[in-house]
Amino acid sequence: MTPELMEAGARLRTKHAERSNAPAGNSGGRETSYGRVVQPGVVDVAHGAILYLDDISVSFDGFKALNALSLSISAGELRCIIGPNGAGKTTLMDVITGKTRPDAGRAYFGSTIDLLRLRENQIAQIGIGRKFQKPTVFEHLSVFQNLELALKADRGVRASMRFRLSGAQLDRIAAMLQLIHLTDSAQRGAGGLSHGQKQWLEIGMLLMQDPKLLLLDEPVAGMTDEETERTAELFLSLEGSHSLVIVEHDMKFIGALTQGKAHRRVTVLHEGSVLAEGSLAQVQANQQVVEVYLGR
Amino acid sequence: MSAVLPSPYVPSARLLSHKAWSGVLLALLVVGVLVPLLNLVVPAASPLHVSDYAVALVGKIMCYAICALAMDLIWGYTGILSLGHGVFFALGSYATGMYLMRQIGRDGNYKSDLPDFMVFLDWKSLPWHWGLSDSFAAQMLLVVLVPGLLAFVFGYFAFRSRIKGVYFSIITQALTFAAMLLFFRNETGFGGNNGFTDFKRILGTPIATPAMRMALFMSTGFILIGAFVFARWLVQSKFGRVLQAIRDAESRVMFTGYDPLRYKLTVWVISAVMCAVAGALYVPQVGIINPSEMSPAASIEIAIWAAVGGRGTLIGPIIGAFFVNGAKSWLTQAFPEVWLYFLGALFIAVTLFLPQGLVGLLRRRSEAQRP
Repeated sequence: MTPELMEAGARLRTKHAERSNAPAGNSGGRETSYGRVVQPGVVDVAHGAILYLDDISVSFDGFKALNALSLSISAGELRCIIGPNGAGKTTLMDVITGKTRPDAGRAYFGSTIDLLRLRENQIAQIGIGRKFQKPTVFEHLSVFQNLELALKADRGVRASMRFRLSGAQLDRIAAMLQLIHLTDSAQRGAGGLSHGQKQWLEIGMLLMQDPKLLLLDEPVAGMTDEETERTAELFLSLEGSHSLVIVEHDMKFIGALTQGKAHRRVTVLHEGSVLAEGSLAQVQANQQVVEVYLGR
Repeated sequence: MSAVLPSPYVPSARLLSHKAWSGVLLALLVVGVLVPLLNLVVPAASPLHVSDYAVALVGKIMCYAICALAMDLIWGYTGILSLGHGVFFALGSYATGMYLMRQIGRDGNYKSDLPDFMVFLDWKSLPWHWGLSDSFAAQMLLVVLVPGLLAFVFGYFAFRSRIKGVYFSIITQALTFAAMLLFFRNETGFGGNNGFTDFKRILGTPIATPAMRMALFMSTGFILIGAFVFARWLVQSKFGRVLQAIRDAESRVMFTGYDPLRYKLTVWVISAVMCAVAGALYVPQVGIINPSEMSPAASIEIAIWAAVGGRGTLIGPIIGAFFVNGAKSWLTQAFPEVWLYFLGALFIAVTLFLPQGLVGLLRRRSEAQRP
C-alpha cells in the first residue's frame, strides 16, 4: 500500500468521524440521511422521536380500548398522560411493552425497532422500563436482592448461575438505595415495605435496568405528600437523560411536574384516542377536555 | 455518589454456613462410615447393630428425599406445582430395571436369554427399545436423557403457552396417568402391570448380598447429599433468586428483561432429572418397579413430603420425606387401616396450621426461645 493511499484513507476516516460527531439537532442532519448505517438493536433517535405509535387499535370483545391512537414521544421528553377511567391508558402501556398485541397499527422504538415484533422481555432489554399501577416487587426477596435482579446484566440462564456482583455494581446498588431512601431497609423483605416504599423500590428497580424510556403507571398512588414531592423531583432530574411517560390521575402531581415549563406537554386520552395535547394550561382551557374529564 | 454499604448489607456469597458444612460432613460420615460399620461389622446381637431392614428402609426413604428435593426446586422455589413427578421417577426406574432384567441372563424361570415376560408373551427377540439394555453405561445415560427429554418437550410447550397454577398441575397429572396406562399394556414391552422384578445381579455381582445392599445405600446417601449441595448452589445463585422472583411476580420478571420460559424450563428439567436419578437408585434397593409408581396418587405423595417438611427450604423436604415415610412404614405395620386417614389428616393439618411445614415450626420455636 502506498503512503498516498494510506493518507487518503486516513482523511476519509477523519471526515467520517466528524460527520457522525455532528450534534443531533431536531433536523437530524447527516445522521438522518438514507446513507447512514442502521445498527440492529440500537435505538435510533436521529429523527427526534423515541417512541412512535401510529393508528393503534385494540379491542376486547368488541369494546374498543384503543381507537386509532397515534402518539409520538421525543427523546428526553417528559410526557404526562391523563384521561378518565377506561380511556385506554393502561392498554396503551400494555401495547408498548408487548403485553397486548394491537389489532392494527404500528409501534416503533426509535425509528428502526418494531415493537410489535418483540416479546415482553426483549422490549424490556432494549430499554423500555415499566412501572405497574399496583406496585409489583418480589415480596420474598430483600430490597437489595430486588435491585440486584433488576441491575442491567446478561439475562441468560447460565450467566445468572455464574453471576457475581462486581464492586462497581455494588456501588450502583448502594447509590440507588440512597436515591430511593431505602438504605436502612436494604436487608428487609420487600413484602414488609409500606405502599409508598414499594412504589419507590419499583422505580429504583426500573432505573437499575438503565432504560431509555420509562413508562410509569400512576407512580404516586398511595404516597404521602412528602413522598409525592420527592418523586416529582426525581422524575424531573431524569428528564433529558431519559424519556418518561407518566400516566396519572393526580392533577396536583401533574401540576408539579409541568410547572414553569411550557414545553412539557400533557396528552389527554378519551375513549381510546388522543383528545387533546399541549401544555397543562392549554389542555385545561380546552372545552372538550373540560367536558369529558376536568369538568366532572 | 460514592456510597459504601456497611458490610451486613452485602449478601454473603458463601454456599453454606460453617454450621451447615459441618452438617454435610456429619451426614457424609454417617452414610459412608457409621452405618456401614454398625450394619456389617457390629454383630447382630449388639444393641448398636443396624439391621438390614433399617438399612433398606432408610435407603428407600433417601430416594424419596431426592424426589422431595426436586419437587421443592420446582414448587417451593419457582411456585410451579407439579403433580406428575412420579413419571420421571418411574422412567428412571424403568431404565435401570431394563438393565437389571438383562442381567438375570438365563437364570429366569424359563431359562431363556429373553426376560421372562417376553417369553411369556411369546416374543422371539428383544424389541428395538431394549437395544442398549445390556450396557450399564448406556442405560444410566438413558436414566438422565429420557426423562430429561420428556420434561423438556412437555415443559417447553406448557410454559410457552403460559399454562400456570392449577391448570399446569392438572396436565402434569394427565401426563403421568397417560404414561401409566401406556406402561400397563403388554405390547409396550415393559412387563405390563407386573413390571420388572426378580433381579439377580448388578454389574455381574449378586444383588442380594449385604455388601451390595450397603453399596447401594451409600451411593444413595452420597447422591442425596450431593443433590442437596447442588440445589443449595442453584438457589443461592442469581438464577435461584430469579426463580423466586418468578414465584412472586412473574410479570415483573418479564418486564425486567428475563425470559421466564428459559428459567422455568431449566429448573423443570433439572427437577425431572433429579427425580429420575432417585428412581434409578430405588429399583435395585426395592427390587421391583411397576406402573403403579406412575399413578397420580404417587406423584401427589411427593408434593405432600415437600409440603410437610417445608417448602422453600432445602432441608425441609428431606425431613418431610423421612417423617412421612417413617410414619408410613410404622403405621402400615401397626395399624394398616388408618394409614390413608393419617396421610389425609396430616396434609390438612399442615395446610391449615403449618404453611411453612415442620421446618417452619422448628424455626418459630427457636425464634421464640431467643430473647
